[in-house]
Amino acid sequence: MYAFDFERPTTLDEAVAALGTEEAQALGGGQTLIPTLKQRLAGPAKLVSLTGIAELRGVCIADDGAVCIGGATPHAVVAAEAAAHYPALAALAGNIGDPAVRNRGTIGGSLANNDPSACYPAAALGSGAMIRTNIRDIAADDYFQGMFTTALEEGEIITEVRFPVPQKAAYVKFEQPASRFALTGVFVAKYADGVRVAVTGASEEGVFRWSEAEAALSSDFSAGAIAGLAVDAENMIGDLHGSPEYRAHLVKVLTGRAVTAAG
Amino acid sequence: MPKDHGIGASSKRREDVRFLTGRGRYTDDINLRGQAYACFVRSQVAHGRLNGVNTADAEAMPGVIRVFTGADFEGIGGLPCGWQVTDRHGEVMQEPGHPVLAQGKVRHVGDPIAVVVAETYDQARDAAEAVVIDIEELEPVLDMKAALEDGAPKVHDDLTSNLCYDWGFVEENREAVNKAFETAHHVTTLELVNQRLVPNAMEPRVAIGDFDPGTEDSTLYTTSQNPHVIRLLMGAFVLGIPEHKLRVVAPDVGGGFGSKIFHYAEEAFCTFAAKQLKRPVKWTCSRSESFITDAHGRDHVTKIELALDAEGHFQAIRTETYANMGAYLSTFAPSVPTWLHGTLMAGNYKTPLIYVNVKAVFTNTVPVDAYRGAGRPEATFQLERVIDKAAREMGIDPVELRRKNFITQFPYATPVAVEYDTGDYNATLDKLLEIADVSGFESRLAESKARGKLRGLGINCYIEACGIAPSHLVGQLGARAGLYESATVRVNATGGLVVMTGSHSHGQGHETSFAQVVADMIGIDENMVEIVHGDTANTPMGMGTYGSRSLAVGGSAMVRATEKIIAKAKKIAAHLMEASPDDIELKDGAFTVAGTDKSVAWGDVTLAAYVPHNYPLEEIEPGLEETAFYDPNNFTYPAGAYACEVEVDPETGKVTIERFAAADDFGNIVNPMIVDGQVHGGIAQGIGQALLEGAAYDEYGQLLSGSYMDYAMPRADDVPFYTVDHSCQTPCTHNPLGVKGCGEAGAIGSPPAVVNAVVDALQRAGHTGVTHIDMPLTPSRVWSAMQG
Repeated sequence: MYAFDFERPTTLDEAVAALGTEEAQALGGGQTLIPTLKQRLAGPAKLVSLTGIAELRGVCIADDGAVCIGGATPHAVVAAEAAAHYPALAALAGNIGDPAVRNRGTIGGSLANNDPSACYPAAALGSGAMIRTNIRDIAADDYFQGMFTTALEEGEIITEVRFPVPQKAAYVKFEQPASRFALTGVFVAKYADGVRVAVTGASEEGVFRWSEAEAALSSDFSAGAIAGLAVDAENMIGDLHGSPEYRAHLVKVLTGRAVTAAG
Repeated sequence: MPKDHGIGASSKRREDVRFLTGRGRYTDDINLRGQAYACFVRSQVAHGRLNGVNTADAEAMPGVIRVFTGADFEGIGGLPCGWQVTDRHGEVMQEPGHPVLAQGKVRHVGDPIAVVVAETYDQARDAAEAVVIDIEELEPVLDMKAALEDGAPKVHDDLTSNLCYDWGFVEENREAVNKAFETAHHVTTLELVNQRLVPNAMEPRVAIGDFDPGTEDSTLYTTSQNPHVIRLLMGAFVLGIPEHKLRVVAPDVGGGFGSKIFHYAEEAFCTFAAKQLKRPVKWTCSRSESFITDAHGRDHVTKIELALDAEGHFQAIRTETYANMGAYLSTFAPSVPTWLHGTLMAGNYKTPLIYVNVKAVFTNTVPVDAYRGAGRPEATFQLERVIDKAAREMGIDPVELRRKNFITQFPYATPVAVEYDTGDYNATLDKLLEIADVSGFESRLAESKARGKLRGLGINCYIEACGIAPSHLVGQLGARAGLYESATVRVNATGGLVVMTGSHSHGQGHETSFAQVVADMIGIDENMVEIVHGDTANTPMGMGTYGSRSLAVGGSAMVRATEKIIAKAKKIAAHLMEASPDDIELKDGAFTVAGTDKSVAWGDVTLAAYVPHNYPLEEIEPGLEETAFYDPNNFTYPAGAYACEVEVDPETGKVTIERFAAADDFGNIVNPMIVDGQVHGGIAQGIGQALLEGAAYDEYGQLLSGSYMDYAMPRADDVPFYTVDHSCQTPCTHNPLGVKGCGEAGAIGSPPAVVNAVVDALQRAGHTGVTHIDMPLTPSRVWSAMQG
């Protein structure tokens, strides 16, 4: 990697100040950024680690019952501490990457990066989560804006992600055999006011909601409810690991499995 | 009762103590005083004219010692090819130059153009980015068939085309084979791809060149399977250094699988640069770099036809294969699709007429060379797949079709120029059916169905030619080297032994199994025998380890040398006991005089050899050290039968391997545990090829599967627990140990078993149009096949 300055602030204000300088870059758990730096594909002047800020770490329950996860909370902590409150979310976190990834990688880092094959975007969009930053609250529906693109402004830090807890939910991931990212992953969540279905790994546009399935499942929450639906292969990713048609097919299969798994 | 020591015992691998406790000494662990670091500037385009390399900025960067380009290597030999194939018209193959650093053109992504040598690796890497390359991009040559069309762009401008050779084997049979097809009752045809693989040894390659201005000796430390071969090739053909001024050391090596046989540009560069700069120069390959510089494996496109009579007897086989050589001829590349492939096309079956045609093609891709099995997996895959297809077409049970055609009389001369010395294919097949519990398949099938899964059973046989190789034979076939092996056995005064072998261990456990052999012959404890390998300075000239040859050839040399030791020791013992040497017997480490109670211990004799106070000096020399070279008079022919059971998820196409059984005939076994491990590893690699691995290039010649994010290596949860058996033993008839070799079998026998099983699963589920799916059988491909 190229040389860079490194800061590890202990307060959010310090972090915001540090990120205000030229070519500064926030560093979460580094599970994407560090390999990128090692390959010399990025050359920030300064890295600002967010993992030393106590207020960004941990899982708590809000008064309205929402599960609130600090932006710098590692996946392993979410897997352990959210399990009693939002099992589907905890299970998703507990199945990201391998133990090393889960103990370094953070929810804020994952959502800020918005890899089109990452798991967390499906949970956030599928739960209608609120992404809180140092300056505002952003609804998940407004946050994800395409592959590796989000509503975050330069220097904006994800401080917390608030997940409304659904009545039922499940995430089913079909792994790409090499990277074991989601070749396609579907998060289904049933709320009092309807069902949300979020799909990761499949689309050239990044994580998306499958609205036809949501409508069908809102009136009948069973795998059979989507039997008559089909997913358009247009805009689906085609690569070594699967054609657009295959991914479109997987969206439907995995949605059905997620509904069944949600019970 | 299993033995607890010597030949046949599962002695624990002594080398694992250092490997498992982090005390192995690999090439990258070596750091020499004053060493500089090399970073290669490599082509980022597949094909281009190199119009200029400007190193001025790079040379001015901090820590830079010197920047080398192709101009520094003008007049210096290129990397040699060790095998010359003669084509079906009697012409020798087209053999392009292979410069250490690119001259005039770049021919694949990763082709080295320049090298920065600096005080630190980071400085070298920084400066490498400042080297300015002027390349005029040319249309890349990627598809093998398109590469042979008139007007196709040429990888090598000085060759007449992209065709390396058009090989026919056996050419004299061509017309007879064609005629047999015209009159055949049934012909089964299969077109398939044996995909390109990236070897991915756990330890990436490393090279350190060193030069001593005082003695003018050069030393190369390198990750090699055959240090003597590297010394010969690099010294004689590239750098012009005689063997006595060049030492090559390959210390602990973390896996090779073929990819560390070959002589690479980085080895020559570091040795050359160390002499130029008069200081050590070290290069350590990154994993990303290894994807585009280690020689790849396989990459054959094949059409095979099998002619049968009405009863299912094989009448003839005809194949046409396009074999990718990549951009240059790697060290043994030409031999892989020819002599290591065509000669195996008879398999385990008596087919009277066989004709194999191979067109080797240059493309703008990483060179392709031997990879675990090397030609034999390609032969086995197409043969065992076409037999399965024929069985289905003719309505004959695939196991019975194989049995019907088995060779049962040995020795057996095939129509493809080899003579199998021994084997019992019915025995291994019977054993396989037993250990795979084939009779229980139907109930497991029903159980899978109940869970909504498809299930299939794939069975196949294999044979391979190992123990490479009789030098006089390979010499006739185009090898530019002999393929004997060597051993020096040095007995120390107090009775311990050091065995110096020309073969090389990089995962095979030679330090354990070789010691078992020598200890068994003398009747002493295995721990009294030390195996030394990997350094040309202290081992006799040997050809190294590949082709499952080390025990069959290297072990035989060791046996011969130990026999000389024993013969001499008996003379010493006879002198000490005042008896005739002919009456001396050696048993359990003691010499006795037949029919008497006279006895001297092994240690008494060895001490006498080095303290010859009471010694027959007029008859024999003092000391106890012997060397033997062994050149086999035939290949060895391990064979066996493999069974795979898979489940297929009908909704996603995902294949899981539920059961895998292997019944191998390796002849005699020295260490059953090590053999189990070799078979396990081979099967894992075969499953990797069948389901997961595949190197893919895009239309520009960029390697799409250039990292582990896209190149899927098998992991623990991708493979099942294996059931392996090697109790069927027909010992090799022509080497002293009766051994055949076991290193590659698993990788040869397993891919067709997996694919046969998946096709069987789909067929049973009514997808009768699916007769083949190309590897790797990814979920996407299997699902697509099910869509029709």
